[in-house]
Amino acid sequence: MMVMMTTMDHGANILGSERARPTRRIVLRGFCALAGGAALGAVAAPQTARATPEEKDAAIKQVTGGATVQKGRVHLDIPPLAENGNTVAMTVKVDSPMTAADYVKAIHVFNEKNPQPDVISFHLGPRAGKADISTRVRLADSQTVTAIAQMSDGTFWSDSADIIVTLAACTEDFIP
Amino acid sequence: MMSRALVHVPKTATQGGVIAIKTLISHPMETGYRHGDTGARIPRNIINRFTCTYNGEEVFRADLHPAVAANPYITFHTVATETGVLAFTWVADDGETHTELANITVD
Repeated sequence: MMVMMTTMDHGANILGSERARPTRRIVLRGFCALAGGAALGAVAAPQTARATPEEKDAAIKQVTGGATVQKGRVHLDIPPLAENGNTVAMTVKVDSPMTAADYVKAIHVFNEKNPQPDVISFHLGPRAGKADISTRVRLADSQTVTAIAQMSDGTFWSDSADIIVTLAACTEDFIP
Repeated sequence: MMSRALVHVPKTATQGGVIAIKTLISHPMETGYRHGDTGARIPRNIINRFTCTYNGEEVFRADLHPAVAANPYITFHTVATETGVLAFTWVADDGETHTELANITVD
């Protein structure tokens, strides 16, 4: 209590003194600028550690080699709202006869807000019988998830789904 | 050896029938984006590959990234072609591998 009183007195003295006022203001301004800069840095840093929609597109392009991706044939099932981003059930189905002549070669799943745009890739063939795969993924934020299917005839098909994530997967732990 | 893995494969199937396979393995799937109590970065250690072979021939493969949830659970399908063994292999970043076998009788 005594310490508090003295510091308060000291503060009052400084405030009371005309000469001390501008100095204190300048010093405070300096601190504010520093703190603000640090806070901005802390807020901005996780953003840089995340993938962006552009990165997702780049990752998709790497898989397709620039080929056109058509909408359809792929069915990406994820819940529209996930309470926990650490485990989100995901199912991908692709319409395909899965015969030796016409089958799904691969399915790639991408996101746009995790640190990396890749989620998982499945490689299958005519022996799969059915292109119907389920797994559980991590999602760092509400976003659009995209699944791309590569067919044996070289065409690419896609489906996207929007998801709202209430509790993000380890957002606070992103590397600055 | 990695921890427990569970696979579910039907014991019997009719030839040419499509069977559902469920797999689960216990693994933390450490992303490499987390920091420990001391602030040090926890190195990445995930299962990066999962393969399923049917009598030695690969029928399914998955490339996993840190965005796959801990304790990877993967379900897929395959055609029951012949009586034999399905082998499931998980490979982690640190070189650890785990293999599970399942027998299937096809008639």
